[in-house]
Amino acid sequence: MSAAAVAETTPAASPAVEVLGADKVFHTRRGEVVALRGIELTVERGEFVSLIGPSGCGKSTLLRLIADLLPASSGTVRVNGKPARQARRDQDYGFAFQQAGLLDWRTVRANVELPLQLHGVGRARRRARAEELLELVGLSDFADHRPQQLSGGMQQRVAIARALAESPTLLLMDEPFGALDEMTRERMQTELVRITGETGAAVVFVTHSIPEAVFLSQRVVVMSPRPGRITQLIDVPLGDRTEATREAPEFYAAITSVREALRGTHGPTAVNDPTAAL
Amino acid sequence: MTALRRRTDPDRVVSPVRSTPAAAAWARHAGAVVLPPVVFGVAFIALWQLFVRAADVKPYVLAAPSDIWSAFTEHHGRIIDATIDTGKNALVGLIIGAVIGVLLAALAARFSWFNGMATPLVSALAAVPIVCLAPLFNHMYSLLSSTPRRDVVAIAAFVPIFINTVRGLSQLAPVHRELMESYAASGTAVLIRIRIPNALPHFFTGLRVAASVAVITAVVAEYFGGVKKGLGSRITDNIGSTDYPQAWASILGAVVLGLIFFVVTLTVERLVLGRRAAALA
Repeated sequence: MSAAAVAETTPAASPAVEVLGADKVFHTRRGEVVALRGIELTVERGEFVSLIGPSGCGKSTLLRLIADLLPASSGTVRVNGKPARQARRDQDYGFAFQQAGLLDWRTVRANVELPLQLHGVGRARRRARAEELLELVGLSDFADHRPQQLSGGMQQRVAIARALAESPTLLLMDEPFGALDEMTRERMQTELVRITGETGAAVVFVTHSIPEAVFLSQRVVVMSPRPGRITQLIDVPLGDRTEATREAPEFYAAITSVREALRGTHGPTAVNDPTAAL
Repeated sequence: MTALRRRTDPDRVVSPVRSTPAAAAWARHAGAVVLPPVVFGVAFIALWQLFVRAADVKPYVLAAPSDIWSAFTEHHGRIIDATIDTGKNALVGLIIGAVIGVLLAALAARFSWFNGMATPLVSALAAVPIVCLAPLFNHMYSLLSSTPRRDVVAIAAFVPIFINTVRGLSQLAPVHRELMESYAASGTAVLIRIRIPNALPHFFTGLRVAASVAVITAVVAEYFGGVKKGLGSRITDNIGSTDYPQAWASILGAVVLGLIFFVVTLTVERLVLGRRAAALA
């Protein structure tokens, strides 16, 4: 990336995420595996975008390119107009993983404080921020509990609070509700809509679930494997999400269009790859 | 108990015999835990005594428990002194071994080149029959020094502590690795915030093994000449003067010492990890 390229977009106006012609190739003992090819994706500030697709379509890999947890093999990845590496150093994003990944020797409060502690925030400010975040995710009464004493859904809420600790403008989420039961999952989705509404952060959300993607997102990015690529971008104009949204005809219509887009992605693979038909 | 009851004032209904349900539960638990080994131990010693007397076994083959006990009561001052000397050798060696073991393990976890260098050497060290170093070490120091024994104990105790601590420090869940990377955290921050707390239970496993190794090594190191102090030195003397019951009485001291080391390390472990264990319960 040249200095000129950075200069032409002022940070205030630049989108939350810009992926330009990104490829990711893994070099394994069996040879090269193209995980992602020719990815173009822009996520506006405050926008909620889901990545959906079958296993092996590279959606988690794409999320890790944005997070700079993996380097792109080619192309550029920018977050808030900065190179991804700089954005990671500046804590422009918070990351929530499929496993909550809490430290079981720390209290819930101390888990939320972890990123602040690592970045040298003083004790009093850390504590105040943790109180704020625990209230946001509805866990104020559990501040002094240990993670093992919490249910899976509560642990994930702690992880989300932790991801929000540095007030990031971007939240990256890798199937954070994947291990939860359906009831808890829907409750967490409603919570997440409220939380992102309050924080105004943009979200890139990886999921396997079509209803989840549709309920949460303003846009659904449909991906397809071998090589991982974006096949379709689907707008979901459902307005403000409430529990009633789940029963609206538009909700089902959007689910159908995402499902059809996903079916379309299986067509060419079945032809190219004889094992896919088995 | 009936005598006690008869003497109690009839107005006072509180009797020491009547117990609360909690106390009764505790008594049942203690009975279930304590009673079987005590019964077994008493039966074992009784059989031992019976066998030695009935078969007229010579003391140099096997001493009778009653003879061992009278040797112990007769020489208890010297046996206790020797136990304290051995205890000091084991404790000082254990502490040195633990400190070096933890420091090197931290280096090995932080720098992979150091790990690659140190781990094969420690594996080689573990294969050395370490007590064999005792006679060599005796020549490095003055004849009246306990240091060679403590050095041998330190080396023996170092190995399990280093190996277990390195294992604990190197276990880093992928989710924690990525989490810390997302925070742009330094390797040292990962070590302090994740690896060390992760490694504590492993360290204590190593420490428990090292504690019993330390007592055994101290006693054995005392066999190989050097200053006339400690249980090992007494046992060789007792055998040299054909006082077998007293040799057995010294072994009794070693058993007590080993138990003390075990209980103390277990208590420290419970105290340090207790809050985590309590959270799991």
